[in-house]
Amino acid sequence: MSTTNYIGKAPSRVDGPAKVTGAATYAAEYNVPGLTYGWVVSSPIAKGKITKIHADEVLVLPGVLQVFSHENVPSLAWFDRSYKDQVAPGGSPFRPLHDNEIKFSQQPVALIVAENFELARYAASVLRIEYEAAPHETNLETKRQEGFEPGRGKTGYMPPPPPRGNPDKAWEEAAHRMEAEYVHGTQHHNPMELFATTVEYHANGKITAYDKTQGVYNVQAYLTKIFGLSKDNCRVVNEYMGGGFGSGLRPQYQVFLAVLAALELKRSVRVTLTRQQMFSFGHRPHTLQYLKLATNPDGTLAAVQHHALHETSQFEDYTENVVNWSGMLYQCDNVKLGYQLAKLDVYTPLDMRAPGAATGSIGLEVAMDEMAYAAGLDPLEFRLRNYAEKDQNMNKPFSSKKLRDCYHQGAAKFGWDKRTQEPRSMRDADGKLVGWGIGGGAWDASQMKSAAKATITADGKLLVLSASGENGTGTYTIMTQIAAETLGLPLEAVTFRLGDTDQPEAPLQGGSWTAASVGTAVKNTCEALGEKLLKLAQKMEGSPLKNANFEDVEFVNGQIRLRTDANQAVVLRDVLQASGEAKIEVDGSAMPNMVKQMPYSMHSHNMVFAEVKVDEDLGTVHVTRVLNAVAAGRILNQKTARSQVLGSVVWGISMALMEETVMDHKFGRYMNHNYAEYHVPVNADIHDIDVIFVEEEDDIVNPLGVKGIGEVGMLGVAAAIANAVFHATGKRVRDLPIMIDKLL
Amino acid sequence: MNSFTYHRATAIGDAVQEKAEHPGSAYIGGGTNLLDLMKENVERPTHLVSVGKLPLAAIESLPDGGLRLGAMATNADTAWHEDVKQRYPLLNQAILAGASPQLRNMATNGGNLMQRTRCYYFYDLATPCNKREPGSGCSAIGGYNRIHAILGTSEACIATHPSDMCVALAALAPSVRVSGPNGERSIPFEDFHRLPGNEPEKDNTLEPGELILSLDLPAQGFSKNFSYLKLRDRSSYAFALISVAAALELDGHIITDARLALGGVAHKPWRDQAAENLLKGQPATAETFARVAARVVENAQGQGSNDFKIELARRAIVRALKQAAEGTQKASDVFLNSNP
Repeated sequence: MSTTNYIGKAPSRVDGPAKVTGAATYAAEYNVPGLTYGWVVSSPIAKGKITKIHADEVLVLPGVLQVFSHENVPSLAWFDRSYKDQVAPGGSPFRPLHDNEIKFSQQPVALIVAENFELARYAASVLRIEYEAAPHETNLETKRQEGFEPGRGKTGYMPPPPPRGNPDKAWEEAAHRMEAEYVHGTQHHNPMELFATTVEYHANGKITAYDKTQGVYNVQAYLTKIFGLSKDNCRVVNEYMGGGFGSGLRPQYQVFLAVLAALELKRSVRVTLTRQQMFSFGHRPHTLQYLKLATNPDGTLAAVQHHALHETSQFEDYTENVVNWSGMLYQCDNVKLGYQLAKLDVYTPLDMRAPGAATGSIGLEVAMDEMAYAAGLDPLEFRLRNYAEKDQNMNKPFSSKKLRDCYHQGAAKFGWDKRTQEPRSMRDADGKLVGWGIGGGAWDASQMKSAAKATITADGKLLVLSASGENGTGTYTIMTQIAAETLGLPLEAVTFRLGDTDQPEAPLQGGSWTAASVGTAVKNTCEALGEKLLKLAQKMEGSPLKNANFEDVEFVNGQIRLRTDANQAVVLRDVLQASGEAKIEVDGSAMPNMVKQMPYSMHSHNMVFAEVKVDEDLGTVHVTRVLNAVAAGRILNQKTARSQVLGSVVWGISMALMEETVMDHKFGRYMNHNYAEYHVPVNADIHDIDVIFVEEEDDIVNPLGVKGIGEVGMLGVAAAIANAVFHATGKRVRDLPIMIDKLL
Repeated sequence: MNSFTYHRATAIGDAVQEKAEHPGSAYIGGGTNLLDLMKENVERPTHLVSVGKLPLAAIESLPDGGLRLGAMATNADTAWHEDVKQRYPLLNQAILAGASPQLRNMATNGGNLMQRTRCYYFYDLATPCNKREPGSGCSAIGGYNRIHAILGTSEACIATHPSDMCVALAALAPSVRVSGPNGERSIPFEDFHRLPGNEPEKDNTLEPGELILSLDLPAQGFSKNFSYLKLRDRSSYAFALISVAAALELDGHIITDARLALGGVAHKPWRDQAAENLLKGQPATAETFARVAARVVENAQGQGSNDFKIELARRAIVRALKQAAEGTQKASDVFLNSNP
C-alpha cells in the first residue's frame, strides 16, 4: 500500500486554509503604494447618444484626477480583431468609451478616477451627463419572426447538423406525438466576487494587472493588442477567483478601464464594479425552444424536432450549442434541428455554466417526459428504449458511455421503482403532493493545448506552474495530486501555482477541460522531470536502476524503484543530493491526441432524479431530494468533484424555481439587479443532495481518462424538477422559473 | 465627497433638538436600511443623528398588562425576549420570518417601522419614481410589479411596505410613542403608516423631527391561536409576496375576537377590521375563513405582474386562519422554518 497515490482519493483542498484565513488574495485586494480608485458611470438609457458630459464640474473637486470618456480616450487599436478575445463571437466586440453611442442600458460611459474610493464614487453621483434617447427593443417576443442563423464565429460553436431521415412525415404519421414551447428568461452569473482589476503601474512603465478573469493569457492578449503593449510589459495575474461560472471567460470592461487609466495617469488604479453593474454584461440568454417528438407503437422515437431562438446583442452574434444534443442523446433516425438568434439592444450574452446544454436539456428532457406520458411509458423506461449506442450527429461511436449505469444505479438508490406513474398519485404524511422526475444530458469531453513547468529542489520540494485558473473548482488540489503521484512525493512537498502570465500558458478555465488539459500537461511535465531524475539516479554509484528504462521504474513514496522489484530503489532526495544540482527544471506540455480521438464522440453524461413536495393551495415547491448520477470518466478527487456536482444541483434548483433577470422593456433595463431581488437559493431551500460517480474507463479522451465535471452536473436538474412538479400536480409548467404564481 | 456630519445623541431631548437644528438630517438606528439608501443615492442626509445609544432598548411590562418594546431594542432581542415569546408569539414569528440573523441583530424596532419600500424603481435612479422624486411618475404602474401592492394603491404609487414585524404589529395594535419638537404623543399603530394617495413620498404620519420611543403593546396577545404565514420566492431572505398575521380568541369552536393583517399587499401593513368583525361570532370553519378571505380581497386590484397576489392572498388568509384556529404555531428560538 503506497502513500503517494492520490488520484481518485478525496484529499481536502490544498488552498482551503488560505481561503478561510483570508490569506488568499483576490483581484480587488492587492494593495499597492499610491493606489488610485476608479468608479464606473453607467448609462441610464438603453439606446441613443451621449450629447454632453459635464466633466468640468467634477474635475474641480480636489482629488478627482480624471473623468475618462469617449471625449478624451486616446487613440487605441482601430480594428475589431484587436478587441477580439479567445472566445469572442462573430461581430464587433464592444469597445468601452469608444464613441458617444449607447448600445445597452448600464453601458459604461465614463470612468472617474480619484485619490480615494469615496471621492470617485461621490463624483460619479454628481456627474451630469446629457443623453438623447432613441427607441430601443429589448423584448425577444417581438423578434420571433426575425431570427437568423448565425455563422460559425465563436470557438466551440457547432451549427446544428443537417436534418436526417424524414422528420416531418415521421412526426405526422406517428402513433403518439407531442409539441410544446419551452421558455426561460435571462440569467446572470452573479459570482459572489465582484469584477475588479487592480493595475499596478511600475516605475519602468510596465504594468501588472490583478484581474478577475478565467484566463490570464486571454486578458494579456486583449490588453497588448488594444494598448500596444509588449507582453513583457503587461503581466496579468489571477490567483484566486470568488466564482466565475463563465463570467470571466471574456475580458470584462473594468480591466480595459483600469489599464486605460493607469497608462494615462501613470498611476496604479483599482476599478471594482458594483453588484448592480454585475448585471451590465454577459448573461445566459433568454431562450425560446420549440420541440416536437413522436413515438412508434413500441415506444421508440419516431421523430425529434428541436428549434431554438435566443437573444444576442446588436453588435455580436453570441452562439451556444442548444439543440445539437437532441440529435445525439437518444436514438432516432428522423431528426430536424434549428437554431436562430435575434438582435436586441442588450449586451452580448456570455457562456454561463453548461452554456447551451443547460438550456437545451430543459427543452429536450421536459419534452421527453411529456412524450413518455403521451406514450404511456415510465420516463426512465422510455429513455432506456431510446438509448443511443452511437452519436448519430457525428456518426461515430462514443469513446465511452456509462449512461445506462447512471440510470440503473441512480434508480436503485433513489427508489424509482416505488414511483407511481399517474400525476397527483403520491402524497407525503402531511398530505402534500409528492412528485418524482428525471432529466439528464451530455457535455463534451475536451482537451486543449496546455503547458507547465516543474522544478524540484535539493530539499525534495516540487514546484509546478501553469497559468490555469482556480474559481473554486479544485484546480490547485487536483494538479497537486497529479504532480505528487507522478513523482511519488507527499502532497505537502508539492506546490502548484497558477493564474500568472509569467507561467507557462494554459487554456481558459472553462468548458470542463481544465482537468484534462492542464492535468495532462502537469502529468507529462512531471514525467519528463522523472526521466531526468532517473538519469541522475543511474549515475549514482552502485545504482540499482542502472539498466532500467523509464517504463521499468515507478516513483512512489519518495523513491524511484523498479516496478518488478520494489526493493531495487533509490531515495529521490539522495539522487538530488548526489547530483550536486540546486534544482532541476523542465518545461512540458500536452496536446490532444487527435489521431486517437478523431474516430470517437467524447462526452460525459448524467441522469438526475428529483423529488419535490408541493403545497398545492399556496403554490410552494420544495425540492426535498436530488440524486445526480454522473459518468464523467475518471474522478481525480472524490471530494472536490462531489462539491462541484452539489453546486451544480443547487444552481439547477435555482434555475428551476427562482432565478431570472427581469427586464422592464419600457426602459430596456434589468430591474431586479441586486442580490435581494435576483433570487438564488438560500440554505433553507436546499435539502438532500446525493451524487453518484459511476465507474467509467476511457483511455481515448486523454492519458488521465478524465472528462471534466464543471458543466455536466448542471444538466437535466431543472428539467427533472419541472418534471417532478408535473408528476406531483398534473400541471406542466413550460416557462421557468416555476414560481408560486405559475402553480396557483 | 459625499460628506455628512454625525452626532451621537446622549438624551432624547438632545436627539430631537439636534434633528430640528439640522435641516436635511436623519435619525439613524441600526442603519440596515438607511445605509443602503445612502449607498444608492436614494437618500442623501447631510447630518446623521445616531439614536442607537439612547436608553430606549428596554423591553418591560406596563401597568395595564401590556408590554413596552423600546425603539432601540434590536429585532433579534425583541423576537427572543421571554415576554414576547410567551405573550406575543405572533410577533416572535413575524420578526423571525424577516431578513437574516445578521440584519435582525442590527435592526431596531423603531427602524423596522421606518424602513422604506423595496420597489425596484424607488432604488434605481435611472427610472422615475414619485416616492423618491415627487411628480416624476410611477414606473411600477405598467412596469414590472411582481412585488407591488393590490390594495389601497393610488395613481401615484403602488409600492408596498416591506416589513414582516409590522404586519404582526398591525394585528396586535400597539401605540407608537413618539417625541418631537412639540413634546410626546402616542399614535395608534394603524394610523402610523399611511396610504400613498397623492403624497407617496410620505411613508408615515410622523411630524418633522419626531422620534419613535417605544411600541406599547396592549395586554391582549392572542398567544394561543395565532399564525404568521409568509409566502415568498425563496425560503429565507426574501420579502413577502403575501404575508398574513392571523390571531383569534376562541370559545370552543366560536370565534370571539379576531385580528387579521396582511403584508406585501399595500403601502402600509394592511389590517382589515371589517374582516375581523365578520369573523367574530362565527364558527372557526373553512367556510367562514373562505368567506372572510373573499371579503378582504374584494376590492383588490392587480397591476399585471402581481395579479396572482389577489388569489394568493385569498388562499393565504384561509390557511393562516386555519392554522390560527388549530393553534399549532409556536414561538421559535431559531427562525420561522418554511421547510416542508
